Amino acid sequence: MFFAAAMTSVIISALIVWSLARETWTFVTQVEVAALWTDGWFPRRGMYDVKTIVVGSALITGIALAVAIPIGLAAAIFLAEYARPRVRRVLKPVLEILAGIPSVVLGFFALTFISPQIVQRFTDASQFNMLAAGMAVGVLTIPLIASVSEDAMRSVPDSLREASYGLGARKVQTTLRVVIPAAVSGLVAALIIAVSRAIGETMVVFVAAGATGGSLYSTNILGPGQTMTAAIASQAAGTDQVVGEGLTFQSLFFVAMLLFVITMFLNLVADRFVRRVRQSY
Amino acid sequence: MTSDQLPELAKGSFRMHTSASPPEVSTVSNATDEVFKVADLKVFYGQFLAVRDVNLTVQAREITAFIGPSGCGKTTVLRCFNRMNDLIEIARVEGSLNYRGIDLYGPAVNATEVRRRIGMVFQKPNPFPKSIYENLAFGPRLNGVKKKNDLDDIVESSLKRAALWDEVKDRLKSSAMGLSGGQQQRLCIARCVAVKPDVILMDEPCSALDPIATARIEDLMQELKQDYAIVIVTHNMQQAARVSDRTAFFTTEVNPEGDRRTGVLVEYNPTEKVFSKPDDTRTEQYVTGRFG
Amino acid sequence: MALSQPRQAASLAADLVSDITRNERDLSGKAFRIALLAGIITAFVVLVVLIVDVINVGSPVLSERLGDLLSSTLGSKPETSGLSQALRGSFYIGVFVLLVAVPLGVSAAIFLEEYARQGRLTRFIDINIRNLAGVPSVVYGILGLTVFVQALRAFTGPDSNGRSVISAGLTLSILVLPIIIITSAEAIRAVPNGIREAGYGVGATRWEVVKSHVLPYAAPGILTGTVLALARALGEAAPLILVGATTGFLTSGSSYLPSSLQERFTALPIVISTWSGRPGEDWRASTAAAIVIMLAVVLVANAGAILLRNHYEKKR
Repeated sequence: MFFAAAMTSVIISALIVWSLARETWTFVTQVEVAALWTDGWFPRRGMYDVKTIVVGSALITGIALAVAIPIGLAAAIFLAEYARPRVRRVLKPVLEILAGIPSVVLGFFALTFISPQIVQRFTDASQFNMLAAGMAVGVLTIPLIASVSEDAMRSVPDSLREASYGLGARKVQTTLRVVIPAAVSGLVAALIIAVSRAIGETMVVFVAAGATGGSLYSTNILGPGQTMTAAIASQAAGTDQVVGEGLTFQSLFFVAMLLFVITMFLNLVADRFVRRVRQSY
Repeated sequence: MTSDQLPELAKGSFRMHTSASPPEVSTVSNATDEVFKVADLKVFYGQFLAVRDVNLTVQAREITAFIGPSGCGKTTVLRCFNRMNDLIEIARVEGSLNYRGIDLYGPAVNATEVRRRIGMVFQKPNPFPKSIYENLAFGPRLNGVKKKNDLDDIVESSLKRAALWDEVKDRLKSSAMGLSGGQQQRLCIARCVAVKPDVILMDEPCSALDPIATARIEDLMQELKQDYAIVIVTHNMQQAARVSDRTAFFTTEVNPEGDRRTGVLVEYNPTEKVFSKPDDTRTEQYVTGRFG
Repeated sequence: MALSQPRQAASLAADLVSDITRNERDLSGKAFRIALLAGIITAFVVLVVLIVDVINVGSPVLSERLGDLLSSTLGSKPETSGLSQALRGSFYIGVFVLLVAVPLGVSAAIFLEEYARQGRLTRFIDINIRNLAGVPSVVYGILGLTVFVQALRAFTGPDSNGRSVISAGLTLSILVLPIIIITSAEAIRAVPNGIREAGYGVGATRWEVVKSHVLPYAAPGILTGTVLALARALGEAAPLILVGATTGFLTSGSSYLPSSLQERFTALPIVISTWSGRPGEDWRASTAAAIVIMLAVVLVANAGAILLRNHYEKKR
């Protein structure tokens, strides 16, 4: 009985692959190659320019990491190395609460606060823009980076810190020259997991980056844009059936498959790095 | 000691907290031979008195051993000598601890600088997960040594000093984690020597090593004492008898007010005397194996 | 070393004093600390600004027509639209998670920690679960669409084309299953072996030991994982878009009682997502009000789980 329960996870993985594979196969075998390299992603008009949504995902991820890495890492170092236990007991839950905020809420926040109050104040961006969406995705990944990095630094044995202090190192030197190099695999894992999470994030982009009908190829982060995830969601949203020219429905599975493969690869690599930290100490 | 005597002792022990900076320098002859002078030292963890009644002097070019049953505070006292106890938030020191005539806990003393002069080797070998070379270069770099030639020289001379050079000279760039336990501990000693300290504190440096590796470290200590004062904490009485010039015996006593035990220095004498005709019967019982 | 020459001793001692009392101003250390503090304060400020902003924007709606908002149905005008159907949908999704995902997840965790022998299969299952935890939620939506909406339509709702709360509940149960397995397994792993040995020592079978010793000890950890999973499920929108949550109008009544689990449905995060896209201050206020209601549920659940965990961590 328990064995069956454990096997459900394997069954789920199989089901995911199965659901994705059938329609992806239909798409890949029937789509005209020319339609995959056009001016934009408009599946209802038979334009499946993959680079539009892949570049969109990359841009959003890049912006998110630019926000999340400095803040998340600073928070992690502070919690792991600097905060007294009492301070840590207060600050850590703050990050965990941040982690619990549903992404649709951050989408709303990006659209109604970050975009008008921050992005549009300094630039002439449109209301729906990738910069605001990316920043909100960054906010979502801060707790992730912080908690994985903090775990990595806390797993560095105190004996190494003692060795460093014993040689007359100050705190900042100990942190930068001993703890961080010793925890580097864990920090890389944090980074990869954050990339995976940012690529997989749907609702923020769906709500705040606009372009729900499809998007021209664009690298302008001040304008609207489309990611792989939002491309899937916006085709399915608001309609009873996914309608459109021939392969519209199938294109959605194709994108999901792409997403699944990319994030699975990242997760497996990150898992390997996390294991390396555990093994060395 | 009874509980009503405690306040008396405490009164005299405020000197270190109130001493003005810069601290006085004691007489010339003392400054050369007497490295540490400890008087009425007490260490607290929060409210708990971990060790008390520590009175001893550590001489240059000698090995001083701390022995005693577990929990008797010998490591705690050792960690006062380079202010490693500062890293434990609740640790607090009373009494006086002079290093070459300077009150080590005086207000103007910089704990980081203290640790550059008073090195420490730990119970478990703790090389950094970096190359052998980087382990050795770490300390000198902290002190501002930047030139590659200078670093190379320090790395080589320190490794030679720790009798490790011949074993590792061909693989300085490989990870220190690949060395055997005994080699790792000698690397840690070399790393300590590389910052050119005045004193080396060793906290049970052989407890994680096999007998052959232990013997090598003991030989090394005899070598090193030509230049450094060495203070070693050890669980192993034979080791103390073999290597040290003076021995301090600590034991634990039940607190008057509670069930927790406080460490106390029982006897401090030349090693020969401690192991042949000690002043205190508790020392005798311990060294003859009747308790501990 | 120079230390061996007594004549130099006086000057040496003086050098020593100036050396170890050197009051280095540790500027880089200070700057570093300030940078770290700035990082964590930024995270804190974002959280506060977000919460204050939604409360601020939503406050007119919350103060004027909270009751109306909770009891009305979806509509085309902000002043009459309400969340009753969305709350009902979210409630049933929560029930599904509790009835499907929790028993399944805890059983899987028990198997992996207490029964399975460490081998290839368990390693594979373990990696598999970790990987599932990182699959984007929208991909789970595709799974739900293919399996529950299309393949199992006869069961999930023939009249609603499978776009029912059953499909949604099962999809989100699958989504949070890895979270429950991982947190429960961690809680079970944290049970000291002495407790198991005590049980076996008096002749208990494996199941008896698990039931009466391991599970009670691991219960707080499992409960924490359950609450976190529940909060996650209640906040997820992307998979629901794919299993066809209704975004516009829903003909079913405003009653909180289920007319049928096979009917079309909607849920709180879906309504928030839809309303976010509607123009005008009134919709914005209604959206913010809906967010406040959702955050109240999700954040209270999260905070409760965190407190529970911290409480038991401290006790051990």
